[in-house]
Amino acid sequence: MSNAVSALDGRTSAGDVTVCEDGLRGMITLRGDLANTKLKAVCTGLTGVDFPAQGHANCVGQQGLAWMSPDEVLVMVHHDKVADALEKIAKALKGQHHLAVNVSDARAVMIVEGPYVRDVFAKLAPVDLHPDAFAPGTFLRSRLGQVAAAFWMRDAQSIEVICFRSVADYAFALLEAAAKGGRVGHFPEG
Amino acid sequence: MLTLHCPNCGRDVDETDLHGGGEAHLKRFGPGSSDKEFEDYLFMRENPKGVHFERWHHSFGCGKWFLAARCTNTLEVFGTYPAQTLEPPKEIMDKISGARPGWSWGAFK
Repeated sequence: MSNAVSALDGRTSAGDVTVCEDGLRGMITLRGDLANTKLKAVCTGLTGVDFPAQGHANCVGQQGLAWMSPDEVLVMVHHDKVADALEKIAKALKGQHHLAVNVSDARAVMIVEGPYVRDVFAKLAPVDLHPDAFAPGTFLRSRLGQVAAAFWMRDAQSIEVICFRSVADYAFALLEAAAKGGRVGHFPEG
Repeated sequence: MLTLHCPNCGRDVDETDLHGGGEAHLKRFGPGSSDKEFEDYLFMRENPKGVHFERWHHSFGCGKWFLAARCTNTLEVFGTYPAQTLEPPKEIMDKISGARPGWSWGAFK
């Protein structure tokens, strides 16, 4: 098999808030009836986390589930486990209307970490990032500057972002510039 | 700037996360209809100063369509509702009637 390389090959920008490309991540777009118990069971079985409610994501390390839309969930697994996971999904949902696609190589993952991480995102995305509205577990699909992105909090000081691989360089540069631009001080710090 | 509630994600989203999809509640006239009906279906649109019903696509979010009732004059939003409806829900109609007595839009009033 070819040697898979992530979009930015682990590029890191150090500072008060660090931006770091997180390397390869296995991602499966799964469309279907999210209320279906078999679908829920196979998702939770693959990732070891609870099935997320609307607008939420549950992630532990590399693995997790994210609610993308009323009929779509993003299944995150280790990059070398994707083929295996797809097989399990196909087997579990055999005969049921669903779509499961490996999108790992179409995406990039970045982790932004630091005391004013909310400020960094608030400069770039038109969403409410106040701790009352955006806390660990909340999953937002919006945009960073001009490109689509989805992000959620890993903990009070770190946010994980996914975007398309083709715009990874742009998204990284945006986040880096917003981080270097410093604190705004609008949000209470976690 | 508009902030609309996406009924598919249950979130209030900024206008820049959305894409306008034109007039809502269009009735399609295809094969078998008269030339006049087909022309009206293709080209004739409401262009009100006041109450308006529109389609919106949550393109930077969940990628689903929804419908919105708002005022083009004041940008007041009366409500949003799922795209899979043939007419606005009663509570939104009542709200518009309360705020804009005597309003009408297409077949609705």
